[in-house]
Amino acid sequence: MGRLSVRLCGIELDNPVIAASGTFGYGYEFAEFYDINCLGTFSFKGTTGEARFGNPTPRVAECATGMLNAIGLQNPGVEKVVAEELPRLKRCFRKPVMANVSGFSIGDYVYTCSVLDKEEQVGWLEVNISCPNVEGGGMVFGTDPKAASEVVAAVKKAVTKPVIVKLSPNVTDIVSIASACEAAGADGISLINTIPGMRIDLKTKRPVLANRMGGYSGPGVFPIAVRMVYQVASTVNIPVVGMGGVSCAEDVIEMMLAGATAVQVGTANLVDPFACRNIINELPAVMDKYGIDRLEDIIGGAING
Amino acid sequence: MKDSIFQVIENRALTPNIFKMRLCGDVSEVGQPGQFINIKLDGCYLRRPLSVYDADPISVTVIYKVVGRGTEIMSRLKNGTMLSVMTGLGNGFDIMAAGERPLLIGGGAGVPPLYLLAKKLVERCSKVSVVLGFNTITDVFCEEEFKRLGCEVTVTTADGSYGVKGFVTDALPEGYTYFYTCGPEAMLKAVFDSTGTSGQFSFEERMGCGFGACMGCSCKTVSGYKRICKEGPVLKKEEITWEG
Repeated sequence: MGRLSVRLCGIELDNPVIAASGTFGYGYEFAEFYDINCLGTFSFKGTTGEARFGNPTPRVAECATGMLNAIGLQNPGVEKVVAEELPRLKRCFRKPVMANVSGFSIGDYVYTCSVLDKEEQVGWLEVNISCPNVEGGGMVFGTDPKAASEVVAAVKKAVTKPVIVKLSPNVTDIVSIASACEAAGADGISLINTIPGMRIDLKTKRPVLANRMGGYSGPGVFPIAVRMVYQVASTVNIPVVGMGGVSCAEDVIEMMLAGATAVQVGTANLVDPFACRNIINELPAVMDKYGIDRLEDIIGGAING
Repeated sequence: MKDSIFQVIENRALTPNIFKMRLCGDVSEVGQPGQFINIKLDGCYLRRPLSVYDADPISVTVIYKVVGRGTEIMSRLKNGTMLSVMTGLGNGFDIMAAGERPLLIGGGAGVPPLYLLAKKLVERCSKVSVVLGFNTITDVFCEEEFKRLGCEVTVTTADGSYGVKGFVTDALPEGYTYFYTCGPEAMLKAVFDSTGTSGQFSFEERMGCGFGACMGCSCKTVSGYKRICKEGPVLKKEEITWEG
């Protein structure tokens, strides 16, 4: 194991940097910029049982320290993902990949997860119970401990690969949701998804986004994410994948000190397609600066201090 | 696609709110007319996508309208400013379809990408006609530039203060073999309904990344969804549904 490597649910990552779902497509757009095999891994675009076009445009709006998005889970549906996207992904990425799954019912989650579970390159299933941008789906399961545990238990019964549950920050008690997922058999927790927000256009005097509301992401949410990762990692005994506004190597280290075993980088990829590669390249020097020998040693380091 | 550092070597107003900016840097990926570049600005989180007006071996030129905070900041950039610029983005105009007498139809801030296109078309076509539409005389720009290329240029203004009174669709010439258009969506729809031949449309949409990753700018077409930043911004007339 190198100084950057970590183990996530039994699978070794060369480094803890994971490109986050919804910001990295199925990888090949970024492979035009650099060899994406330098990543720990990436979580591919949220996939559902049926194809989805998503919300009307405008779907994105800028904020001072980030952006709002209301994409609405646009994806070609799991069958096309398996038939068309994964073969393309395989041509540019040779490591285990994280399969991000969304759904509108328990049966929906189970179906999509069980299809992707059979794909050799899928290392982990990241079950998104926290999408804020679709009616009646996603976040409904992520804001109630009982609903969350039912999804997790049903998916776990149907799959063999590790299940990481992606949680919404839009709850009063994140720890109770995370604990419910752990009790239902989750192998890991990832957080945070985006925070609902709105921008209003002063010229039209209407919300910028056609969906009115969208998920806020980017550097502005980082301290909220660090706090929630810390709270969850303090309580559960399964790995936590931290994300939310991570933009540099220092942010990765801060997330790991808060308890993250691995760290996802999302919105930063959209502004700088080289963001993940730059962070990975900068990590050794930043570790030296702060006297860190191996990243695995610092996971949760801030918790029992 | 390439991300590299460019230097501002010209940035000046053409009309009260239209600016022309020339950027010097690695233009190896600046190719097809109709493609765009995406500029990182201090003070803005997301990049700003702008279509390419002109390019030469050392620089790329954009013409932009000041519409919000980003373009406001851009309009104040001084010569010598260094900017991170992504180049070679999107799928531009296909010049092979032009035929002998193509027609270019531009409206307001949609005029610029047609200039590099016209430059390519005059080399291969016997006649290139251009119709440029503006609201009023003080908005008019680029008329002389198209004329200098040898194009037959008609200008329309909505209030009749210059050129033909009315919209671009009131001044479409006869006998064109194909058309290319860029402008506000209402104009594009009118052009769609008023043209007798096939053609290509360049669309605008709010973008997150500009290179196909975020799905922020998707639109429906007859052949499934397309990303304005990746499969677009240029779409063929036959693909367009106007359903979002």
